[in-house]
Amino acid sequence: MNMLQVSVWRGGASGGYRIYEVPRQESQSVLDVVTYIQRHIDPTLSYRFACRVGMCGACAMTVNGVARWTCRTHVSKVVKGNAIQIAPLANLPVIKDLVTDMRGFFDKWARARGQFVSGSGTTRKDDFARVASDSPERVAANAGIECIGCGVCYASCDVVSWNPDYLGPAALNRAWTLVNDVRDGARRERLAAVAGDAGCHACHTHLACSERCPKDIEPTASIAGLKRAVARAALKGEL
Amino acid sequence: MNNDYRARNHPAWWAFLMHRLSGLALSLFLPFHFWALGNALQGEARMDALLKWTEQPLLKFAEIMLVLLLAAHLTGGLRLLALEFLPWRGWQKSLLAWAAGAAFAVGLAFALAL
Amino acid sequence: MSSGQAGYAAGPAAAPGTNAKFETWLWIAQRASAVVLALCVLVHLVTIIYAVRHGLTGAAILGRTRGNGVGLAFYTLYVLAIAVHAPIGLRTLCQEWLGWRAASLNWVVGAVALALFVFGLRAGWAVFA
Repeated sequence: MNMLQVSVWRGGASGGYRIYEVPRQESQSVLDVVTYIQRHIDPTLSYRFACRVGMCGACAMTVNGVARWTCRTHVSKVVKGNAIQIAPLANLPVIKDLVTDMRGFFDKWARARGQFVSGSGTTRKDDFARVASDSPERVAANAGIECIGCGVCYASCDVVSWNPDYLGPAALNRAWTLVNDVRDGARRERLAAVAGDAGCHACHTHLACSERCPKDIEPTASIAGLKRAVARAALKGEL
Repeated sequence: MNNDYRARNHPAWWAFLMHRLSGLALSLFLPFHFWALGNALQGEARMDALLKWTEQPLLKFAEIMLVLLLAAHLTGGLRLLALEFLPWRGWQKSLLAWAAGAAFAVGLAFALAL
Repeated sequence: MSSGQAGYAAGPAAAPGTNAKFETWLWIAQRASAVVLALCVLVHLVTIIYAVRHGLTGAAILGRTRGNGVGLAFYTLYVLAIAVHAPIGLRTLCQEWLGWRAASLNWVVGAVALALFVFGLRAGWAVFA
């Protein structure tokens, strides 16, 4: 039988790679490979997954050096010869094996004011807000709204590596969708929250996030929108 | 764990590295440039001596490199301004090719004019 | 690397020597100077290629430049844009690649900007006045 040589990160931050032999199958995802190791070779292997169909964003790992959603990544797409290297996501603390602590990642969504705040004066008795589907704001929000929070962009971003406080592509993309939500009432606070050394202007347009996003979102475009919006606010003295 | 070097192997990352290193090199060159031009205060003879000194092959090569870096920083910078200020979707990769091509053309024009 | 930080109500954590307004203005200054420089560098590149084709001697260069008021004004603007643009870029490089984020960085970068401006003006004066 054709065997894959899979080297998998084991342990915490100071762990190392261990090699496992996994039978190669015709239609096989990287997540299938990890699951095989845990079920048939070493049940102590820790990893995260839930939906297995690219919806939940739980199974992102570093495959041959590149962050990917493993459930929707075919082995044939990434295998080098018959070898694959699987590591936890970069830019996040490793808990054990392939599991990272994603608290910092999600805390930054909150810090970037990623929550919808209803506009002042609106109550639950008001009629639905009507947002034209072809309005520029709705189109801009649509472009970023499908994020599943997998952390691939965050793990791929060098600015996060170089400035650990940097809010990162996902949180800023989320903020941009809300800046374009005409019902939202916290625009000014949100623009202030995404400004500064750890905010949108730290982005260097490496485009790594846009390159790697499994949902084909372009956070770089969202961040560029925030850069312009924050700069305009500063010029008007509203920052 | 920090970012893996394999994750960086895509065109826009190389464009960033080029932009940063060319910017650094040009910043380091500026003091020499200003100092050399300031020598004109001491007359033509002093300037001629300096220009003669730059005739060495190694310095000629460095000159071509500096012009190339300046052109690359210009075109790379125009690309960044376009990405940050213009609405865009998907055409950034062809922009990159234009930037590289234009920078190379300027370098070639300078090398041939020498 | 960063771990879960508590207390996120105040927006991004600010490194010493930075605040949101200051960083935003630096970004605006960097982009505005970039637009000016795009034009200046283009003229400069054409000038360089013209100069090497028409004789690169002290007499030839100074013969073309001395007393050229437009040239002096143009290069004064060029030097000003450089003195804004280069130090901001170097500051980011120091922060990201050297991990130098102390408030002292801003003073050093300010001194670099001033030095570039003064020596650049001197160079322009030497060639064009």
